[in-house]
Amino acid sequence: MLDQSLGGGFADPAVESARAFRAALSALARPGRIETVTGASAPAPVSGAAAALLLTLCDGETPLYLAPGHDGREVRDWIAFHIGAPLVGPEAAQFALGRWAALQPVTRFAVGTPEYPDRAATLIVELDGLEAGGAKLTGPGIEAEAHLPLPETAAFRDNRALFPLGWDAYFTCGDRLAGLPRSTRVEAI
Amino acid sequence: MSVEITGENCGEDSRKGWMSLLAKAPGARLAALVEGVEDWPAFQWLRVPEVGGVMVRGRMGGTGAAFNLGEMTVTRCALRLESGEVGHAYVQGRDKRHAERAAVIDALMQTGRAEALRDAVLAPLEAEAAARRAARAAKAAATKGDFFTLVRGED
Repeated sequence: MLDQSLGGGFADPAVESARAFRAALSALARPGRIETVTGASAPAPVSGAAAALLLTLCDGETPLYLAPGHDGREVRDWIAFHIGAPLVGPEAAQFALGRWAALQPVTRFAVGTPEYPDRAATLIVELDGLEAGGAKLTGPGIEAEAHLPLPETAAFRDNRALFPLGWDAYFTCGDRLAGLPRSTRVEAI
Repeated sequence: MSVEITGENCGEDSRKGWMSLLAKAPGARLAALVEGVEDWPAFQWLRVPEVGGVMVRGRMGGTGAAFNLGEMTVTRCALRLESGEVGHAYVQGRDKRHAERAAVIDALMQTGRAEALRDAVLAPLEAEAAARRAARAAKAAATKGDFFTLVRGED
């Protein structure tokens, strides 16, 4: 096992994972708001925020899909040591990590069932930049409107049309993260 | 997580052997032995000590189907010495310092200090563990009953 794959976990797991969980909750509750999470690092190209999300949300019982580009020996070893999540194909995944282009087509991911809408996937999308601005977001948790630099809007509109089914997404870049739940309406501007 | 108990004999020479010995050693005894080790190395945590449970599985007679014997409390940690060796420890109980000492010894056993540590720490632990096993086996042996038939009723 490579040396790099063993480091990068939370130094104080109870406190830091609670903070990261809080950030993840607020990000989904207030779409468009950018949260900062620190304390975790995974082998490249996984960002610090994505590493913190994985450490906080995933465990040995959450199937995880690594999109091409994020699927490498070092990342797999890091996940095996710190999380132990089983790595699966996109259809079976509860969590998926990758860049937007590598996650396509996103219609592959679980959207839940009418009886169990919670059995949907959560996508962790790595972006090159994450600043307020870009596509207009409205809906629950947004007072008037919010903006996020989404890679596209059509896929998110199609996903919104499935409500109450549909996947949820996190966007990560460096130590910043933002959330976009299935309930948010997305418009290009 | 499940750990299967097997009858496989693992000597203290193998990594599996010394990790097993350190895991089962009494924490206070290990602490006392470690006091005598010079140059206790500096390290950085890879996984800070955390307490959890594992399901211990057993097998009767070595041939039966495995069954869940019960849960036990385990403390685990992983660390890296400044010289680069990585040590892991899973120890019984919830003593985090015990796990830390066991992981440091696991890492040091991969360095040139292995021989010195074997004499100073592992050999006494191994001897005491053997003595405990022998004492327990002797106590059990004292209760052994021999059954034989004097007279069979139907004759």
